[in-house]
Amino acid sequence: MNEPNSKPLWNPYVVGAGMGVLSWLAFAVVNQPLGVSTSLSAASGACAVPLLGSEAVWTNAYWIKTPFKWDYGMLFLVGTFLGSLISTLVSGRFRIEKVPSVWADYFGPSVAKRMAVAFIGGILTMYGARMAGGCTSGHGISGSLQLAVSSWTFFLTMFVAGVITATLLFRRRKTSNA
Amino acid sequence: MNLPLTGEALRWLAIPFGIVFGILLHRGGVATYNVIVNQFRLKDFTVLKIMFTAVIIGGIGVLALHQAGHATYHIKPANMLGVSLGAALFGIGMVLYGYCPGTGIAAIATGSLHALVGFVGMLVGGVLYALSFVWIEAHLQKVAAFGKVRLPDITGIPDWGWFAILVAIAAVVFWLLERPRAIATEAAR
Repeated sequence: MNEPNSKPLWNPYVVGAGMGVLSWLAFAVVNQPLGVSTSLSAASGACAVPLLGSEAVWTNAYWIKTPFKWDYGMLFLVGTFLGSLISTLVSGRFRIEKVPSVWADYFGPSVAKRMAVAFIGGILTMYGARMAGGCTSGHGISGSLQLAVSSWTFFLTMFVAGVITATLLFRRRKTSNA
Repeated sequence: MNLPLTGEALRWLAIPFGIVFGILLHRGGVATYNVIVNQFRLKDFTVLKIMFTAVIIGGIGVLALHQAGHATYHIKPANMLGVSLGAALFGIGMVLYGYCPGTGIAAIATGSLHALVGFVGMLVGGVLYALSFVWIEAHLQKVAAFGKVRLPDITGIPDWGWFAILVAIAAVVFWLLERPRAIATEAAR
């Protein structure tokens, strides 16, 4: 079902162990666990300035607490993008993708439909991450490895909600090719 | 820990650390929509294998560092209503988007345009949360709030006990997933 192009290059256990070792360094050297969504929501504040006006943004209680700055967390996002870009280019796998194959199997080749759902999904993902206080990296990996009650609650609830959603969403194939 | 880098200079380590994270996400296959969605459809367990291994290897190391005085814990507060509701929204959103925040960023770099559109959606989600923050904080985050608690605090099972349990669960789950029969079924899908 997956194109040969999307087959993982490295063994998942090796990749997971690599992230574990990266966590050791993150804790011991910079005293800052891996995380993505906090900085991303700070970036949303900077992006909202032209829309809401700087007054509304800089007096907002959330953005006062989480202001946009080029700190460790924000630079980590830049690094993540660069790392994936390097890996993609080195392996010759860069490819423009508008509609992934699993989606097309069930919902057809419409680009507009896929983009609309990705957009709504992005909104829910971020809103949920901020309400929960973290995402798959901050809660899922960094929080769970510290045995935090909040993070294990997040991990298990998120997974169950995702499985239910996927089961309801991917029920009827549009194309017959398996 | 004494290092040549301190204070402001430490911040720049985010770039090499982020690059390693991005390489691992891409090489592990999780910067791919199909892999993430098929995890939630229980057809491909790459995501779970990576995350569970990261938690166990990372957790045992961080625990050892913590006990040696080289690491501080950063525990997020257990506001059970906010965490559960947020996690449920996150799970629904992640299936619709096909990525989480970190893998979404990594996927944009692979050429995924729908990852980019969903990234704009994530920024909008951040704005909507900021606009509703005061209300959520006052009404939702105070419900069933137990503070920055860890599993050993509420269960009495010590840290090493928890990791023994997690290793045992991982051993069984990974064995089940890697049996020749399971691999054949996965390949047939």
